[in-house]
Amino acid sequence: MRPILMKGHERPLTFLKYNRDGDLLFSCAKDHNPTVWFADNGERLGTYRGHNGAVWCCDVSKDSMRLITGSADQTAKLWNVQTGQQLFSFNFDSPARAVDLAVGDKLVVITTDPFMELPSAIHVKRIARDPEDQTGESVLVLKGPQGRINRAVWGPLNKTIISAGEDAVIRIWDSETGKLLKESGEDVGHKKTITSLTKSADGSHFLTGSLDKSAKLWDIRTLTLIKTYVTERPVNAVAMSPLLDHVVLGGGQDASSVTTTDHRAGKFEAKFFDKILQEEIGGVKGHFGPINALAFNPDGKSFSSGGEDGYVRLHHFDPDYFNIKI
Amino acid sequence: MAKPGSEPTTGQPQKIRWGELEEDDGEDLDFLLPPKQVIGPDENGIKKVIEYRFNEDGNKIKITTTTRTRKLANARLSKRAVERRSWPKFGDAVHEDVGARLTMVSTEEIVLERPRAPGSKQEEPKAAGDANPFGKGGAVLMVCRTCGKKGDHWTSRCPYKDLAPQTEGFVDKPAIAEGTGAATGTGKSTYVPPSQRAGASGSERSGTDMRRRNDENSVRVTNLSEDTREPDLLELFRPFGAVSRVYVAVDQKTGISRGFGFVNFVNREDAQRAINKLNGYGYDNLILRVEWATPRTN
Repeated sequence: MRPILMKGHERPLTFLKYNRDGDLLFSCAKDHNPTVWFADNGERLGTYRGHNGAVWCCDVSKDSMRLITGSADQTAKLWNVQTGQQLFSFNFDSPARAVDLAVGDKLVVITTDPFMELPSAIHVKRIARDPEDQTGESVLVLKGPQGRINRAVWGPLNKTIISAGEDAVIRIWDSETGKLLKESGEDVGHKKTITSLTKSADGSHFLTGSLDKSAKLWDIRTLTLIKTYVTERPVNAVAMSPLLDHVVLGGGQDASSVTTTDHRAGKFEAKFFDKILQEEIGGVKGHFGPINALAFNPDGKSFSSGGEDGYVRLHHFDPDYFNIKI
Repeated sequence: MAKPGSEPTTGQPQKIRWGELEEDDGEDLDFLLPPKQVIGPDENGIKKVIEYRFNEDGNKIKITTTTRTRKLANARLSKRAVERRSWPKFGDAVHEDVGARLTMVSTEEIVLERPRAPGSKQEEPKAAGDANPFGKGGAVLMVCRTCGKKGDHWTSRCPYKDLAPQTEGFVDKPAIAEGTGAATGTGKSTYVPPSQRAGASGSERSGTDMRRRNDENSVRVTNLSEDTREPDLLELFRPFGAVSRVYVAVDQKTGISRGFGFVNFVNREDAQRAINKLNGYGYDNLILRVEWATPRTN
């Protein structure tokens, strides 16, 4: 395959997200402008200008009309996808990191980093149907985890919130009461910072990637460990194919040590694993730095990766990919 | 100033002074050129763009660019997605100049690199399952052909290389030189006539079997000096028992010994004793190597 290279960001990529139809790709980077691209040919549709810091995460509503972004400028912003107009800004006292819209797009979970003696927190906010009525009030604030919370997503039926972060523990919270329901055990859980978390297409299980050089597949209700995928490098990003039983892990060595080694030694590949057999299927090379973000097109026929090198690489699979046997 | 003249190349109606033409760098001359033409894209996605411009010598040149637009994804788009295709650009994308080339198709063909060739799967876990410290998943299957050790070293690096019997092609050559059917027992790579293959029916083989019995007592002597001739070899081996044949390979062109030969004993035991005694024996400043001519199975 010949990937499409998109050089819209001047700083490392942080997050990639497809909309539900799979025709738009949203990219967040440490430069201040989240960008939207056409997912088929990689053409840039627009940028969302207004943030004043690195943008860590984004989510798009099911109807592809609203975009929410979390940024290090201590805000999470709501955007009109079509025009790039800022609709609302949720202000926090510390950098916002993960954002995730609930099913129905009426609620959003936003995590904030520990900052100036403030502990990290998970905020649940209501999204008004009309942006005029939007308020910044939190429905719920969860505190407790140590360190950054790198990802927080909604569980089945919006009843739970799943969070993971620097303390390497996956937690399931009750989204109504804020009670901590489950924690990943020390024996099965990750050993180091969890960098990424992604739900399966049907929402029945999720995959976490960690700096302990592994990725783990969990049941979303019971938090039982299903599978473990082991690589040679810290995992920065994970993705799951909605079409085949494949998982993709992206990573590479620390950005600080990249210049000291040959790029071939850096393992800046997106590694494909068989989801069930936990065996490596193959690797897709190309980035000149660690992969920070991965996303699968909802049709499963293409995926994109964002790297520390500032490039988004959009890969449309060759037909033989779909017949791979291991 | 130069006189106004007619304009042969452009045929434009307005009067243009030659002097003026030469002074500006041709940048303002674009209006003299025929307009850009775009043909296609046709059903094969082939698009032709015909442009005209001046090169540095001031000559008008026609540039035809033919491009094929490949359909990258033939995904079925929803109505909303089709609508979104025509959304106007916003943010920084509005002022995007054509030369920015933010989106490029990789010039490099990227393949999904398999950790091992498809189909080699059966072998791989076996190698990894061995008591092999290097046998991580995807490790190469490293088997030494000399000593049979797995995952330790390649054949060429084998520490036991000198100890192991040499079975490579070297054996075959004298066998052919002798004109016998000895090739049966040697290396797998050589061609073996069907009649001499292991599975061939035994009826017509009695003759060759006779020969083979002789061959079985054949001893190969290597590292002979060039001066060694057959009588010398006979003298050397006769003390061990009755010798039926002595042969020294001689280069047909130069007439010089090729440094190896064969001795056939009548009795197998004699041959074995000769091997035991003479292998490593210093003969004419060289250390002899004496071994069975055909690699033995037992």
